[in-house]
Amino acid sequence: MKLSLEIARTHLLSKPKQTLVAMLGVTFGIGMFIAMVGLMTGLNNFTEELTMTSSPDIHIYHDITQDRPTLVDQLNPTGINVVHHQKPKKETSKLRNALQLTELIRKDPRVLGVAPTLSSQVFYNYGPVQLNGTISGVDIMEEDKLFDLRSKMKSGRLEDLQANTDGIIMGTGLARKLNVETGDRVVITTPEGYTMTLKIVGTFQMGIGLVDNIRSYANISMVQIILQKDQSYITDINIKLHDLHLAKAIAPEYQMMSGYKAEDWETANSTFLTGVIIRNILTYSVSITLLIVAGFGIYNILNMTIYNKMKDIAILKAMGFSGKDVKQIFMIQSLVIGFIGSLAGLLIGYFLSYAISKAPFDGGDFISLDHFPVNFDAKYYIIGIVFGVATTAVAGYMPSRKASKMDPIEILRG
Amino acid sequence: MEQVLRTHKITKYFYDPEKFQVLKEIDLTVNRGEFLSLVGKSGCGKSTLMYVLSTMDTDYEGELEIAGERLTGKTQNELAKFRNEHIGFVFQFHYLLPEFTALQNVMIPALKLNKYSRSEVEDRAYEKLKMLGMQDYAKKPSNKLSGGQQQRVAIARGIINDPDIIMGDEPTGNLDSYNSNLVFDIFKELTHTYRQTIIAVTHDVEFARNSDRIVEMSDGKIISSTAATLAGT
Repeated sequence: MKLSLEIARTHLLSKPKQTLVAMLGVTFGIGMFIAMVGLMTGLNNFTEELTMTSSPDIHIYHDITQDRPTLVDQLNPTGINVVHHQKPKKETSKLRNALQLTELIRKDPRVLGVAPTLSSQVFYNYGPVQLNGTISGVDIMEEDKLFDLRSKMKSGRLEDLQANTDGIIMGTGLARKLNVETGDRVVITTPEGYTMTLKIVGTFQMGIGLVDNIRSYANISMVQIILQKDQSYITDINIKLHDLHLAKAIAPEYQMMSGYKAEDWETANSTFLTGVIIRNILTYSVSITLLIVAGFGIYNILNMTIYNKMKDIAILKAMGFSGKDVKQIFMIQSLVIGFIGSLAGLLIGYFLSYAISKAPFDGGDFISLDHFPVNFDAKYYIIGIVFGVATTAVAGYMPSRKASKMDPIEILRG
Repeated sequence: MEQVLRTHKITKYFYDPEKFQVLKEIDLTVNRGEFLSLVGKSGCGKSTLMYVLSTMDTDYEGELEIAGERLTGKTQNELAKFRNEHIGFVFQFHYLLPEFTALQNVMIPALKLNKYSRSEVEDRAYEKLKMLGMQDYAKKPSNKLSGGQQQRVAIARGIINDPDIIMGDEPTGNLDSYNSNLVFDIFKELTHTYRQTIIAVTHDVEFARNSDRIVEMSDGKIISSTAATLAGT
């Protein structure tokens, strides 16, 4: 073993250029893998986080657009019935017994927090112009538990909303469009035509234009007044779980229990999550291609080395080296190339990732980003080195086996 | 006389391009300390016989015994180990590993044998190089030496493990007359002074005539086996 190691080392050192080229193949493969995986998973984590901040793990609401059996179906259930263009029944989006439901869900040990809210479409008046948006009536402290609102406040405090019954916390995008600041007043109009003047006590930024440009928070009682509804009028229940990956399993339970639609976050954000899957597929396919190319490079170089060393292999075998010893000599070479090449690749990958994470990037109105989000998770570095060494082992094995099987007599006879 | 090599009815066929019997029931015994030349026309099977005797070719019928050990039917790995310990090689070309120094080349078979410590192996390698007058070139890369020097280093490598037999395939075939004589003298000294056994395939008539015994082959059979010094007179 020691002797094989020595011969392998001499072979590698006697052709430094060739060795370096073989190593660089692996280095670039792994380096690109690390940089790509870092950026892609960084983006994925970022979007997932955004998704989490904008939607609860489970959202219970009254889906009034849901298909319902037609009258004809009810009367003639066995026949073939065609009802053209059926419209939803006139219903309010009120959740019955919402507060009791909230207490029931709060007792579930899997649940971290529950917040009953009511939300409605409203118009924000900006002089003669009316901007479309939504207003959410919330218990701001409960809402904070679910979405960590406190960290997203750009001005004002959550407590100010509790203190001011006619207060409102507005998304930064919306505030900019309305040209208002904390302390200003804003006039809103409900679809029913009711008008109300509210005082802006703070602004928040979730990081998603979809939310920041349309949403404001107010107290539940205030929104009930605006909508001219009674005190039990609640339209939504937002639930946060201890383990968000259970959402898909728990949602149907709540749907059964409440009789209303319970939507989990994965369903609500399926477009976002499709993007994650596509990015993952891209990352891995490109990385694997890079590594396979590097593997072919090593295969080629080792094949060439072995071809050039036919005589050496023959004499080593004559002198008493077994096929296994010869295989060892060349396997050691490819593994050394793979290991050092991969290590250098991790280093280059780290520096590339670092450079990317410092590159300025404007997310625009849609998402608030000033730098690329990059993931430095050690897991991917471990995958990188394991994959790099494994590829070189496979690439080196075939030529090494050929060398070990070679018949020395044919070469020595000349 | 102690027998170091013995064969019994060694027969071998070539199958490509068609079946052809290249060795026909060869019986041969070689004594310790003997310097034997294997001669014959091209294609008579002398090289083939040598590769069978050296255990590298295992595709034959009959029996082979070296140093009292029956080698027929052993696995490739066992034979490799056996060669390492008991057989030394000198070929027409030196086949030194070009990346290593002369000394390292000589040391490799001994390091493979793993019987002595590294420093002992180095001492022994120096000793062998000195015996061949090559001690001054020990630290030189093997590819920087002249042809004669390379062949001497190759001989030192062949005898580093004190083998029972040295197999030579045209050991002087690629050398000028000066270096041929040098190599021949070394062989003579190895057999007579150090009691080494040498089996050398050769075309060189003079080389053969000056060895101890000439075994002549023709059409895969041994046709004569004579003490060379007698034939010379």
